[in-house]
Amino acid sequence: MAIIIEQPDAPRSRKGAQWEKRAWIFMRASGIILVFLIIGHLSVNLVLPEHGVKAIDFAFVAGKWASPFWQAYDGLLLWFALIHGTNGMRTLVNDYTEREWLRKSLNIALWVVAATLILLGTLVITTFDPCIDPNVHNYLPDLVCKG
Amino acid sequence: MATRPAGTLYRGKLGMWSWVLHRITGVGIYFFLLVHILDTALVRVSPEAYNSVVASYKTTIIGLAEIGLVGAILFHAFNGIRVILIDYWRKGAKYQNQMFWAVLVIWVVLMAGFVPRQLSHIFGA
Ligand code: HEM
Ligand code: HEM
Repeated sequence: MAIIIEQPDAPRSRKGAQWEKRAWIFMRASGIILVFLIIGHLSVNLVLPEHGVKAIDFAFVAGKWASPFWQAYDGLLLWFALIHGTNGMRTLVNDYTEREWLRKSLNIALWVVAATLILLGTLVITTFDPCIDPNVHNYLPDLVCKG
Repeated sequence: MATRPAGTLYRGKLGMWSWVLHRITGVGIYFFLLVHILDTALVRVSPEAYNSVVASYKTTIIGLAEIGLVGAILFHAFNGIRVILIDYWRKGAKYQNQMFWAVLVIWVVLMAGFVPRQLSHIFGA
């Protein structure tokens, strides 16, 4: 297959270059935030509980999300990790695909997946209802459930 | 006799291998995250659905895989900081090799703390 390089020294469009620069800065800014968010997430969910990963169940999540702090925390983690990861995957797609239609399709797929999971994850956090567990009062005694 | 070229930030030697590792770990974490958001979403379905899927995270095999996941994240995180320092710190490019060793040292120290704890969780009662 012939590889045609059109004017490699031609500048990108101003808009395209602006976007790439913002993406580049975002990868670095979000990276710094993610170090703290992820190390905190792993400490609280995997390392510190007495039985580690074995301590996780519905009640564990209900206990955490009873606090707006952990709701906001997980929300930030969700948005930053997914956008950072998706933008990183975009770099790989751009590096490894040669056919333009394939490159475009994969990039669109990446952002569709990201948008879907951000929406899903945000809804899961904001609409979470511990009352769907009939035993909820064993671990959240002060909770008031309707009906 | 000609000496071997010393390699650059991106080609040959540590600069390249750290970049390859950064890529592989980034992709690995990405795919874990996709699955992880879906498994967490089961808390919206029912306690039973969530608990039965999370039970698989507690098995010996997945428990060992979590060591790989944490190892990948810690490498990507601290090497990511190294990349950021190379870009923004005036002396970053000069010290990129030393910073790579620093990343490995931090990684070994944190893993030395994590692995025994995780093993005691997996194999403990
Ligand atoms: C083996 C390691 C991990 C364990 C045991 C774990 C455990 C959990 C648990 C129990 C929850 C439910 C909410 C909570 O309690 O905070 C959760 C949610 C979440 N985790 Fe993790 N996690 C792990 C690794 C990760 C990693 C590496 C990331 C990021 C790359 C991550 C990102 C998230 C996000 C974004 C949510 C919220 C999902 C939603 O909005 O529905 N987790 N995790
Ligand atoms: C823990 C904190 C993190 C830090 C400090 C960090 C840092 C970085 C930095 C600075 C880059 C850009 C590298 C470059 O331009 O050469 C990058 C790329 C990337 N990151 Fe992260 N990251 C973190 C977490 C994550 C997470 C949670 C994911 C997955 C969901 C991820 C996936 C990726 C991918 C796929 C790339 C592209 C790799 C490449 O272009 O070779 N990172 N990361």
